[in-house]
Amino acid sequence: MKSFIRYIKSIFDGLITLLKGLGVTGKYFFKPGTTWTQQYPNNRRELKMFDMFKGEVIMPHDEQNEHKCTGCGICEINCPNGSIEIISASITSEDGKKQRIIDKHIYHLGMCTFCGLCVKTCPSQALAFGQEFEHAVFDRTRLTKILNQPGSKLKKGVA
Amino acid sequence: MEFSIYDLTSFTQWIDSSLRASISPGWAVAIEMIIIGLAILIFFALVGLFLVYAERKVCALMQNRLGPNRVGPAGMFQTVADLVKLLFVELVPIKNADKKLFNLAPFIVIIASIMAIGALPFAKGLHAIDLNIGVFYLMAVSSMGVIGVLLAGWSSNNKYSLIGAMRSGAQIVSYELSVGLALVTMVVLAGTMQLSEIIEAQRWGWFIFTGHIPAVIAFVIYIVAGTAETNRGPFDLAEAESELTAGYHTEYSGIKFALFFLAEYINMFIVAAIAATVFLGGWMPLHVYGWDGFNKVMDLIPPFFWFLGKSFGVVFIMMWLKWTFPRLRIDQLLTLEWKFLLPINIFNLLLMALLVLIGWHW
Repeated sequence: MKSFIRYIKSIFDGLITLLKGLGVTGKYFFKPGTTWTQQYPNNRRELKMFDMFKGEVIMPHDEQNEHKCTGCGICEINCPNGSIEIISASITSEDGKKQRIIDKHIYHLGMCTFCGLCVKTCPSQALAFGQEFEHAVFDRTRLTKILNQPGSKLKKGVA
Repeated sequence: MEFSIYDLTSFTQWIDSSLRASISPGWAVAIEMIIIGLAILIFFALVGLFLVYAERKVCALMQNRLGPNRVGPAGMFQTVADLVKLLFVELVPIKNADKKLFNLAPFIVIIASIMAIGALPFAKGLHAIDLNIGVFYLMAVSSMGVIGVLLAGWSSNNKYSLIGAMRSGAQIVSYELSVGLALVTMVVLAGTMQLSEIIEAQRWGWFIFTGHIPAVIAFVIYIVAGTAETNRGPFDLAEAESELTAGYHTEYSGIKFALFFLAEYINMFIVAAIAATVFLGGWMPLHVYGWDGFNKVMDLIPPFFWFLGKSFGVVFIMMWLKWTFPRLRIDQLLTLEWKFLLPINIFNLLLMALLVLIGWHW
């Protein structure tokens, strides 16, 4: 008898949970405005990617065309598939010391998997992720980018 | 000759009599069969295209997406484009396949659905063949499709196909029982198996209203078992994509695959149409006894649209089930049938017989 009652109860419990599930999808179906799809090529003008989106690796520069990259090469070491090449140069600073600076920060976008290890391990926060994602080009060589802008300098106070 | 879209009997009789007047009766019957066959095939194609589009839209809206929206207004012609693409796809020959059975299988599946749709009443007078064992015939031919599924799985020389076909066999053999008993419950209420008389008996109230609780239980069981019989989710173990690639039609391509695909949707429509006929009054408009004005307004909608509306309503419920519930495991599937649906069904049948005996139905 007890097992029979449990059997009957299980039928009604099952029905109630099934109806709950149907209620969720039914709500989505009948309530307009719950679609999240972005109609991409149509909304190109208004499209704004969210802050955490990993579009490409960039090196932010401020108004005086100064960046924070010291050319230490940690990003190059950490990159799992060799997308980053650092070409450094040495200059003599005002107080007569030899100093290593960045000459070219070469970034191969075509090889990058957007793992984010370079951005995460940079000791001076010189790298960041940009939100640009339309990377299609006609020539493969254009996927190789030099991140530091021409004529840029190391920001004062960054070791 | 006067024709009316509310009663097509005079129209069909006019075709018959004018054919018989000009040629011999044998040829007249042959030409009528060809006309009906063509009409059914065109209906097949249209319903198939519409249902695929409807399913993609319904599933998209339930998953907070938009669905097809590029080809034509609101993506209306997406399925037409898909069909054209499928017609041009290469038919890949399968090594070591049983060629004859492999080519035969899709036709068996599609012929089973054509045979079922031939006996359905679409509107008053629009009824290809009115058998006096209509319900029984529908059950018999709609379970024939599983032969095609088994053949497809067996002849493909592919383990996924074979497993899918065997699952489909186990599933249809078990759920056929529930479909049958749910329909028998309604036959007890109607007192006849002839579809035209079943519809006529629902003139003053559809069976789902006049049959009290047993009719509602039978309806729910019929929808569940019918969904399982068409191999649709949440009972789509026969083609479980994540386990079996595509189940019994893994090796099929091009137009042969399209036939399986079409048959799946047509079978869904047939299951819905049987539900609409037996539970929801078929083409009979919604009548309430004594409300003459209301009945007149309801009669203004042609019977054909009542039938289509009810069928697509049931189809929508089946799509709703598919896009809400996750797929069952094979043991859960058989537990649901043998431990729950079947005992409830038998009890329900006894209850209905009792109700009819003491005369509680109208």
